[in-house]
Amino acid sequence: MDAISLIVRSIFVDNMIFAYFLGMCSFLAVSKNVKTAVGLGIAVIFVLVITVPVNFLLENYVLKQGALAWLGEEYATVDLSVFSLLIFIAIIASIVQLVEMIIERFSPSLYASLGIFLPLIAVNCAILGGSLFMQQRDFANVGMATAYGFGSGIGWLLAIVGLAAIREKLEYSHVPKPLKGLGITFIVTALMAIGFMSFSGINI
Amino acid sequence: MALSNKTKAALLGPLNKNNPVIVQVLGICSALAVTSKLEPSLVMAVAVTVVLALANVIISMLRKTIPNRIRIIVQLVVIASLVTIVSEVLKAYAYDVNKQLSVFVGLIVTNCILMGRLEAFALGNGPWPSFLDGIGNGLGYGWILVVVGFFRELLGSGTLLGFEVIPRFMYDAGYANNGLMMLAPMALILVAVIIWVHRARNRELYEETN
Repeated sequence: MDAISLIVRSIFVDNMIFAYFLGMCSFLAVSKNVKTAVGLGIAVIFVLVITVPVNFLLENYVLKQGALAWLGEEYATVDLSVFSLLIFIAIIASIVQLVEMIIERFSPSLYASLGIFLPLIAVNCAILGGSLFMQQRDFANVGMATAYGFGSGIGWLLAIVGLAAIREKLEYSHVPKPLKGLGITFIVTALMAIGFMSFSGINI
Repeated sequence: MALSNKTKAALLGPLNKNNPVIVQVLGICSALAVTSKLEPSLVMAVAVTVVLALANVIISMLRKTIPNRIRIIVQLVVIASLVTIVSEVLKAYAYDVNKQLSVFVGLIVTNCILMGRLEAFALGNGPWPSFLDGIGNGLGYGWILVVVGFFRELLGSGTLLGFEVIPRFMYDAGYANNGLMMLAPMALILVAVIIWVHRARNRELYEETN
């Protein structure tokens, strides 16, 4: 039950894009049409579901203060959390690489449709942000961390597909010249974010 | 000042026509999330400038020895180490601000400005121009942050750097702080307004499609 409510919360209330502005760069750059937006969104879900639990295990069994206690008494006070950034980003970059190879091997059609987005994801703030928020929130077990990664990914997909749909329609509207392109996209995103804020009081 | 044209372009271009945030659309994430107050915006601007300048210099010095295929990983490791140092320094000397910035100090690692500049500039230029390019882009990013932070704090809580600037009699006369400014979406609107003004003054930046 906890896991479900966590998923719903991370989709709507703590939406990666509208509440924390994570992954904005690719969000703005790849939202010109719905098809590519869906592709990137699926890739983000995929990578978040894998990296958040892996980083959770590393955090709890290697990095955190006292996490190395399973090695023996003398390691019980070791605190490696200084290195968490380095480790997280290395894990993310290598997992993205790995996922890319696996998809290429087993599902060439999916690989072709995700195409260039997979390598780009390594530097998507939403992915590293997922791991950093996981570290901050201290989830109880791996299941919860996976649920969090999954929910955040879905939220990201929802946001980028929504924006892409609006931008496709925007093609036909009359926008002031200096606002064309980037400017109006910012304003649309802001209005969407204000809409999503109506979820913020919800407790599930 | 005896600055050659090239130096000037590297240093001053990013402040205006090549601005990383409002023209190249890099590093938006942190630009929006940390700007609800002026102080964290300033700290973030300084942190990014320092990391960017140093990373640019390091990568530029290593550029002939890095194998092309693994350069992304090398760049990430260099950036992540620098950010770790900056974050430890912040924890030691500015703990309150560090608390406010929360995960966004760590997220400097994935700030697209860094990867963008390393890929586009540091890999092809010597250390000194790279350093100037880093400083220039850091400042270009910084001034947007500071402007957005300034207006959000002024209109949202009536203070600047924590000091009250809106006089008491204004409140007595019925003036109220605009709570909406403290919420995240207003940062987007403010950046959009900056883009609007900036593009209205630089017509060559107009985009054709929406």
